[in-house]
Amino acid sequence: MKLPVWFHRFGSPPWVYGFAGACVPWLLICGVLAIAIGAYWGLAIAPTDAVQGEVYRIIYIHPQTAYIGMMAYTLMGIAAGIGFIWRIKLAHAVAVGAAPIGATFTFGALITGAIWGRPTWGTYWEWGDPRIMFELLLLFLFLGYLALRAAFDDRDKADRVSAILAVVGVVNVPIIHFSVDWWNSLHQTATVMQLDDPAMDPEMLVPFLIMVGGFTLLFYGLLFRRLQAGIVERESGARWLRELVEGAAS
Amino acid sequence: MPLQTFLLVLRRDLKVAFRRISEWSHPLLFFIAVSALFPLALSPERLAMTPGESELFGLQSLGIGVIWMGALLASLMGLDRLFLNDIEDGSLEQLMLGPAPLLSVVYGKLAAHWLVSALPLVILVPLVGLSYRLTPGATAMLALSLLIATPVLTVLVAIGAALTVNLRGATAIIGLLVLPLVSPALIFGARATVLALDAESAAGPLYFNASLAIVAVSLGPVAIAAALRAALE
Amino acid sequence: MSEFLAMGGHGSYVWTAYGITLAILLWNLWSAGAMLRRNLRRAARETAADEPARRPKVSQLEGE
Repeated sequence: MKLPVWFHRFGSPPWVYGFAGACVPWLLICGVLAIAIGAYWGLAIAPTDAVQGEVYRIIYIHPQTAYIGMMAYTLMGIAAGIGFIWRIKLAHAVAVGAAPIGATFTFGALITGAIWGRPTWGTYWEWGDPRIMFELLLLFLFLGYLALRAAFDDRDKADRVSAILAVVGVVNVPIIHFSVDWWNSLHQTATVMQLDDPAMDPEMLVPFLIMVGGFTLLFYGLLFRRLQAGIVERESGARWLRELVEGAAS
Repeated sequence: MPLQTFLLVLRRDLKVAFRRISEWSHPLLFFIAVSALFPLALSPERLAMTPGESELFGLQSLGIGVIWMGALLASLMGLDRLFLNDIEDGSLEQLMLGPAPLLSVVYGKLAAHWLVSALPLVILVPLVGLSYRLTPGATAMLALSLLIATPVLTVLVAIGAALTVNLRGATAIIGLLVLPLVSPALIFGARATVLALDAESAAGPLYFNASLAIVAVSLGPVAIAAALRAALE
Repeated sequence: MSEFLAMGGHGSYVWTAYGITLAILLWNLWSAGAMLRRNLRRAARETAADEPARRPKVSQLEGE
């Protein structure tokens, strides 16, 4: 089977380095802009909620950070799996790049969720609420992936062993998503994901989606930046890298 | 071949375990002693954990917590024995090089580990039920939910052990990796028991643990075999 | 304006949440860039350190 040229390009570290480097400024700038607009819109323009009053405005950041964490883990699991099965180093670099971003955003989701929970549910935290528990598990999976990698001196071994952990943990992501359907919990069931008839007020839906888009763009910008860093580290000694840094020095 | 291998490894691991009786009997006796002493250490007023709760409920909740913690500790016990000993003396590598399927070897080791660590616990349940004054329904549910959840614990702990098998200081990392992974099984197992205590249907958590067990037992060993291969490359 | 900050009495919740999120975003932006810069610096150091070994000695060339 003859594969298209672009497929082979994605296996080439210098090409990916350049491609990622070109994309990063656009992704970051558009992402930051969208987040700024969305945040202002959500805080100042969107109407007040009938039930929760003003505190509902956390809806413009909490689900977004949680969603980014879940997307980061899914990406990490798939990339690590690809790297493990086909022994593609770049795939492992993607996974390593996604981990710290996913971990920090998942942490943010837990904190903003706790803050939001106090005035609305009456409690910061509830051991036994399925979604909270599995989101906490997600955070530990990210940290475990990074800790496991750090324990190996040989990078290839670190890649392969941590990939197994990453793949095993992917099952947690759909569990987080469906947990609100499977159990009675403090969280409400999905309102936005019903595409035919979203239950959210359109005036609130617009800034909500803008924030989702902004966070996503930002995530990929950050991921590409970290991917670049990972490529430089792994390609130490390579001719293209020498020429790159020499060119930069002159 | 697979079944033969499984039975062979199972018998061999059990033999090894029984030769070192103290390795598994001491933790068990320790657990019995501690769980017997817990209620004595706490005064009756303390046992009613919130105002309005009866002391009995406090004592029963304590018992449920104690035995589930015991289940977790039991699965962590003998971690080293699981793979490390065999790696150190080279027998695992020999097995991997031979015609025997690694998956069957893994299943054999897991089965032996479960029989030695979890089964005694399930047998102890009536004793715990008595000393913590659990209702017959709760005691039965405790035994059933333990039976379903302990394979999950064994598999998940074994995944952690396989991933870190060649590392120094592996035990610390195993804690970080494994404890979060086992928490759903523990939470739902304990929940099932508490529901049975209130004479309510524990079907929900029980079904969840059952599906968890099916997934863990069928897919977990694949990950374990892959991890062992990766670690020994 | 003060109404905006007060957020119906829940100001501390809303602003703390937004503030923490902002901090996480800023940390990520800084950290990704810092990682790349650090790795590039290290690569430059390694390339410079290899320089003397890579270039053939001038006297050897002249001798031919």
